[in-house]
Amino acid sequence: MSILVIAEHDNEELKPSTLNVVTAAKEFGEAIDILVMGENCQKVSKQAASIQNINKVYCMSDAQLKNHLAEPLTAGTMQIVKGDSYKYIMSPASTFGKNLLPRISALLDVQQISDVTEVVSASSFKRPVYGGQAIATVESNDDVKVITVRVTAFDAAEAEGGQAQVTEVAFNPTEDFGSTFVRLEVAQSERPELTGAARVVSGGRALGSKENFKMIEDLADKLGAAIGASRAAVDAGYVPNDYQVGQTGKVVAPELYIAVGISGAIQHLAGMKDSKTIVAINKDEDAPIFQIADYGLVGDLFDILPELTEKL
Amino acid sequence: MKIFVPIKRVIDYNVKVRIKPDNSGIEQTNVKMSINPFDEIAVEEAVRLKESGKATEIVVVTIGPEKAQEVLRTAMAMGADRGILVTTEEAIDLGAIEPLMIAKCLKSLIEQEKPDLVIMGKQAIDDDSNQTGQMLSALLGWPQATFASEIVTEGDSTTVTREIDGGLETLKVKMPAILTTDLRLNEPRYASLPNIMKAKKKPLDVKALDDFDLNTTPRLKLISVDEPPKREAGEKVENVDALIDKLKNEAKVI
Repeated sequence: MSILVIAEHDNEELKPSTLNVVTAAKEFGEAIDILVMGENCQKVSKQAASIQNINKVYCMSDAQLKNHLAEPLTAGTMQIVKGDSYKYIMSPASTFGKNLLPRISALLDVQQISDVTEVVSASSFKRPVYGGQAIATVESNDDVKVITVRVTAFDAAEAEGGQAQVTEVAFNPTEDFGSTFVRLEVAQSERPELTGAARVVSGGRALGSKENFKMIEDLADKLGAAIGASRAAVDAGYVPNDYQVGQTGKVVAPELYIAVGISGAIQHLAGMKDSKTIVAINKDEDAPIFQIADYGLVGDLFDILPELTEKL
Repeated sequence: MKIFVPIKRVIDYNVKVRIKPDNSGIEQTNVKMSINPFDEIAVEEAVRLKESGKATEIVVVTIGPEKAQEVLRTAMAMGADRGILVTTEEAIDLGAIEPLMIAKCLKSLIEQEKPDLVIMGKQAIDDDSNQTGQMLSALLGWPQATFASEIVTEGDSTTVTREIDGGLETLKVKMPAILTTDLRLNEPRYASLPNIMKAKKKPLDVKALDDFDLNTTPRLKLISVDEPPKREAGEKVENVDALIDKLKNEAKVI
């Protein structure tokens, strides 16, 4: 009777999102196990074992798990789940967790609870719906609760000091998965990762071009911030897709969010309105972004951005 | 190649939704309804595959009230060949018909229709679950490629570029397979008036969800639907100096 957290990692490092899921898991007050699946993921398993208050860590290392394809990860998880009686199976509501957990939920014949922002009780949860326009409280009557966690809604658990035991488990799939990995194009960046960053500077279509977006980068670098963008800026090709903040992109909740040239469509607000301090810079004083901003500055971003970057 | 496209009728993405006064759900009456934007992208992709000579037939299916046939007609006006409406009077957004039930119903239809490819939206913009495609893939034992921004079919496999948190990932899946669409896969067309007229004559099968051998008791009881915490508008500052002063001395974030 315990909790299984499926770790998100890149075979080298445990992703911080796993720490937020552990904090959410702690609310149930039961033993927490972590499952690390990948190839040569012993180092990651050790990192998972040093998170405080972890019962045990399963390390499943196999070439077929290297690229984290959903089908082999499902088989690996089912292998562990069948041997134990987990009441909760949890993962971050990142593209990793979203891709994997519904499969496990379907095979266990339970209804997954997506994007949980609050644990109300052992069986009831809050989650945003309609792009954050409403919050639904739901009570699950399934024996096993499969949950993806909105990482910005929970603090990171203490990553050091734990001494959980690591158990190596062999991966024994019985089926042919039908999917193969071709390639991964990862945007290389020295900047902090968007979803976990303490500061985010986001740009919208008003930047006008990929070249002008450099001004957002300059401000972000001055602040040590991550860079985000509205859907319009991504669609216009100013920045890659993984910069998108919003209902269908990434959800962020940094200490400081600076929205530059973003009008504030509902879909964008859904991804950032839980930020602690919001600054909006826009030339349209009636832009909806000002209705949720703590500090608004009306004016031409092409004047304001260089001045702000210089004076900080 | 036969393509199966499950779609959903949802409140239009431009509508600001209203919570029912008794907090039992979202007001659905007298509200503009549309095809879920991600599903519209799925229909468009299927139509493009047919236009390029790779697909031979496109079947669209929706589960919902009688009126949900509107979205099937829209999809047929875009180029789908026929539609299947599975009717239910239960709510399809929150509290009644859930992704797991939908996936089971779709599985049963797919076993009858035997498509080579299923293309569907990655999530519906009402319950924002992002589950049905992945569940369907697991239940059928077919490979999945979710959050697609590019789809290239060749022979008996499909190469899909996926939008993931770190960047772009490319996978090759053997057909039959389940693909779910992301925003940048394509830009859906507007149906022309002649095509809208033609779509009215395309075949549409009506079935009842009750006739499927499913347990439709919800697993998630909807306790309440509430307003999100309200964020008050702050203040407008005069200039950059005033902004920096506020951030340093009031918000203390820099």
